[in-house]
Amino acid sequence: MNKKIIRWIIWIAALTGILLCVGGISLSVGVSRISPKEIITLIFNGKGSIEYTILFDIRLPRIILGFAIGGALSLAGVILQGMFRNPLVEPYTLGISGGAALGVCLNIVLRLNQILGIYSLPLSGFLGAGLVIIMVYSLSMKRGILKIQGLLLTGVMISFVTSSLIMLIMAISRVEDLHGIVFWIMGSLEEPSWLLIKAAVLVSVSGLIISYKFSLDLNAFSLGEEEAMHLGVNTERTKRFLFVLASFLTGCSVAITGIIGFVGLVVPHFVRMFVGGDHRILLISSFLCGASFLIFCDTLARTVISPMELPVGVITGILGGSLFVYALTKRQIVLEGK
Amino acid sequence: MLEVKNLSCGYGKECVLQDINFKLNDGDFVGVIGPNGSGKTTLLRGITRILKLNKGSVMLQKKDIAQMEFKDFARVIAVVPQSFNGNNLSVEEFILLGRIPHFSDMQFLESKKDLEIAHKCMKLTDTLRLKDKLMANISGGERQLALIARALTQEPKLLLLDEPTAHLDITHQVEIMDLLKKLNREFNLTVLMVLHDLNLASEYCHRLVLINEGRIYKEGPPKEILDYKVIEDVYKTVVIVQENPFSSKPYMLLVSEEERLKRGDK
Repeated sequence: MNKKIIRWIIWIAALTGILLCVGGISLSVGVSRISPKEIITLIFNGKGSIEYTILFDIRLPRIILGFAIGGALSLAGVILQGMFRNPLVEPYTLGISGGAALGVCLNIVLRLNQILGIYSLPLSGFLGAGLVIIMVYSLSMKRGILKIQGLLLTGVMISFVTSSLIMLIMAISRVEDLHGIVFWIMGSLEEPSWLLIKAAVLVSVSGLIISYKFSLDLNAFSLGEEEAMHLGVNTERTKRFLFVLASFLTGCSVAITGIIGFVGLVVPHFVRMFVGGDHRILLISSFLCGASFLIFCDTLARTVISPMELPVGVITGILGGSLFVYALTKRQIVLEGK
Repeated sequence: MLEVKNLSCGYGKECVLQDINFKLNDGDFVGVIGPNGSGKTTLLRGITRILKLNKGSVMLQKKDIAQMEFKDFARVIAVVPQSFNGNNLSVEEFILLGRIPHFSDMQFLESKKDLEIAHKCMKLTDTLRLKDKLMANISGGERQLALIARALTQEPKLLLLDEPTAHLDITHQVEIMDLLKKLNREFNLTVLMVLHDLNLASEYCHRLVLINEGRIYKEGPPKEILDYKVIEDVYKTVVIVQENPFSSKPYMLLVSEEERLKRGDK
């Protein structure tokens, strides 16, 4: 077996290890500390106790959701950065989050959630995201060709339009709605519905499997569209498919948890610095790393000033940004080659 | 091998190329020449399906390329482009990308065979010694060799090159052209290349296709094409054509305006 594959296996094993560790720590810390030993005994014969409820009805769902959303957003980031060959693109650049936020805002202001139940919030978020995706997509199609740069610019512009509309809605909405909107926009992994959590896991894991099928195409894309075509990639079909896949992953994530920023931008970069630009390893390691990162940030968010809770987006931003800058300065030599 | 029939193509509504007809036989070594903006690169783009044809067709091994699967196409034709991205890849990673068209549906890692072929191509192009260097850190000549190695890794029957000798010193120009000639001779690789340097084209190519203003002006062996009347007509420049005493191929000398005035020419 060659060196490259051994290196990849080590990376995957290490990142899986980190993910399990972070998950374990996250289970045990919180308002009431439960040591790993206690957790094990609780699993086997703790049913009914308060600790059991804390573990499996409060902490575990958040961890699983963090896994799914962190993974999905990082994956979307890798796909989009690979496709656009632009390191500044992230899942939210394309206006998808803006669309979702607008959908949710309208829902809250029009009080639809009181009539249609709790599922209507993620649903309206998803619809908003979907509408933006369709809009960006169709506006960037020219003569049957998906213009990559057009896609980016249209996305950014639609982001501005939606955020302005959200501000407009906030400016004229009632105080009690305002709280709901702000709370949703800040994003949180608190999700009472197991159904939605399972859906998120399903979407992100299948996203990983499907995108992996395109890992070689993404490698070819790193040489530019024309070159990818010379290497036998059906660029039009691949572009469309990947765009829809990344959008779907983002749309689902945002609809369920709100706008948790920074994961999709920073994680792919960070991972690329260490494992290299080959998408065969980049996709998996970004997924694992993103999952660990979000679980870790969420654990911090709910423990730093407990029993109060910080918005997880605050932690991802501060932690992710500073970690990234640190890594960037340390790794200057490697990056100079780019 | 390749037959271009009535090809017209361009960007948007504007047709850069019109009514292009020519044929490549197995083992041909053909150069496409012409002034800047005459449509040479556009022709390559039409053949490689990057541009949609407005009219006409391109037949590759008797099959219409518009109907071919992208992968099948890339197993027959490899392209060495003029510009490239991928500075952050190592030379070996870059060359291995050439195996992508040969990957089977559920294959994600290079097989032993893939690695062997890539190694063979690296040896052939003398890039094996560079394999762990970054593409960004090698010289222009070495980069061109790496690009050719990647194209060869595709195991093509036809190699298309867009100005493979641009910005290279004479050592590397000759090295690249000699390499292509060797590949053509030993592996019967058909070569079609866009060239700016008329003397190189004359020295190496079996046949030249001269394009002017989007149409084929003349096609034939170097001796017929590099005639001073033809060249002056197309390039609007005064040239002197002589014979290379070693290869007896035509070569061209340029005359500056100052000299022309001194001699009272035009």
